[in-house]
Amino acid sequence: MKGGVLLAVLAALATVPLLGPPDYGMHLLITALLTALAGTGWAMMGRFGLVSFGHGAFLGVAAYTTALLWNLQGVSPWIGVPLGVAAAAGAGALLGYPCFRLRVVGHYFALVTLAAGEIVRILVTALREYTGGSLGMTPDRAPPDAAFAAMQFDKAGFWWITLAAWAAGLLAWRLLDRSMSSKALMAIAEDEDAAASIGIRVTREKLKVTLISAALAGLAGALTAQYRMYLNPESLAGLGISLQIVFGAIAGGMYSPIGPTIGALITIGLEESLRVAFGTEFTGAAAFSYGILLVLFMLFLPRGIAGLLERRRPAAPASGAAEAGGAVPAAQPPG
Amino acid sequence: MDPFLLEALLNGVLLGGVFALPVLGLNLVFGVVDVVWLCYAELVMVGMYTVWFLHTQAGWPLALAFATCLPVVAALGLLLHLLVVRPLLSAAPINQVLATGGVLFVLQGAATLVFSTDFRSLGVEMPPMELGEVFVSGTKLAAFVAALLGAAALWAFLKFTYVGTAIRAIARDREVMPLMGVDPRRIYLIASAVGGALAGLAACLLVVQLDVHPFVGLSFGPITFMICVMGGLGNMLGGFLAAFLMGLIVSTGGFWWNTEMSYVVAFLFFILVIFVRPRGLFAR
Repeated sequence: MKGGVLLAVLAALATVPLLGPPDYGMHLLITALLTALAGTGWAMMGRFGLVSFGHGAFLGVAAYTTALLWNLQGVSPWIGVPLGVAAAAGAGALLGYPCFRLRVVGHYFALVTLAAGEIVRILVTALREYTGGSLGMTPDRAPPDAAFAAMQFDKAGFWWITLAAWAAGLLAWRLLDRSMSSKALMAIAEDEDAAASIGIRVTREKLKVTLISAALAGLAGALTAQYRMYLNPESLAGLGISLQIVFGAIAGGMYSPIGPTIGALITIGLEESLRVAFGTEFTGAAAFSYGILLVLFMLFLPRGIAGLLERRRPAAPASGAAEAGGAVPAAQPPG
Repeated sequence: MDPFLLEALLNGVLLGGVFALPVLGLNLVFGVVDVVWLCYAELVMVGMYTVWFLHTQAGWPLALAFATCLPVVAALGLLLHLLVVRPLLSAAPINQVLATGGVLFVLQGAATLVFSTDFRSLGVEMPPMELGEVFVSGTKLAAFVAALLGAAALWAFLKFTYVGTAIRAIARDREVMPLMGVDPRRIYLIASAVGGALAGLAACLLVVQLDVHPFVGLSFGPITFMICVMGGLGNMLGGFLAAFLMGLIVSTGGFWWNTEMSYVVAFLFFILVIFVRPRGLFAR
């Protein structure tokens, strides 16, 4: 998307609350945008073959850091959210550095991140004196006159914050794509040894993209908790939420900056329409339909919905390069 | 020795036996078909529901419910292979893993729709047994013995039958075996069915120890994958030994600290193993 178009879209989206939409509609939009941000963060590294099954951990680290700082120390989320995001990036570095340094790739990397996500989920549950365990916790309500300082807004206020965060995610994507790092990461995704042999600093490039990815996921997690005013380990850490993030990004298309956002609109739309259709049984129906869709996407549309749009457009030279580099290296056909 | 520590160690060995079956099944499928079944624990969950439903709802004798569970889950393994894995055999590994991840959601969702999220208990308990100075749950001991028998049966199948030999050969070299007249598609099917049957057997052993609910797979699925990787993906003996190691870590961790933290310790141990020995503990 061209920069000008993006700005126009942002400006149009910013006026949404002024049109007086129903609260329920605003709620869905905010939720979708936050999901989109987490998916954008995941796809940021996922598209370079760094598949993480533990991104829920980053949501959780940032969300609980923010909420605990507020509840226990009275630190405003305006400071708490950046600290939470920094903590998520720190967690990404802690996990990523040894992985990349010691050349943990592919299945092994995915499983290490899975383990890390589970560790965060269990730690949050086990530290129930502070976090409320699996029952969850609620950030303390601020008095009305201090609501702004406590980052506790109505729907419109949250819409603008979320919009800014989402735009920051797209901006990060764009900046990365225009930098040498994205070329280096494409080369690494194709062949790590070859990339290293031509002087690409593999560990550094991977670590860089991991930090960005973890920070964006952390931002999504902290804002989600702040918006919902409720945190629990199942929805902010662990395998379940991590797979949902992956699902959204894949369904939308992880090779396009707008793909995860499309995916988030699909997942939230699906979840809500199923809830309306099936009532209380919605959890099962939603998971069931997610699963079917995920399988179908993998079978017939591995590049997601955005991949469908890509093919119709004549390939410009720049996007042609992205096409070649972004393609997942095919596995050796067995048998 | 402290009888409580002794009991923790003993429980660790018993727990390792329970981990061992799904680990063997996953390793078999991975070693032969080269695809990670992310939904393996959910196959076990379906098996647990099968036993629970047949025994408590349909009123079948427990032995018959167990005997039915194996072919049911084996058929599910076949179905998984035919519908999801086979069309993706030449796709990128990540697409294969995510597709089986989709099946994970399908099975969880289906279980929620059919049985709701209630915890279902089989209500079968064997009296505890006294071994020297410690007490052991009879159910766990029986499950352990059954797990060892299952592992031994798998070993004999792989070692002494023609199909078993073909399976081991194709895991060793998937390019050459077709030239020797082995149809890999048939071997993949057989391996998937046997992998499913092992999940079914694991379900029989777990359903007597754990309550069934749609998300029960998440409680032992992640650790099963970690054990497989620790033992070396596709390495049956390595996975078998790693299962006992992980069982001991979890139960002694529970003795020193508490059960939750013992899983944290176990997962941290897994991450460290991957850093130090990325191809598994027992790789040469």
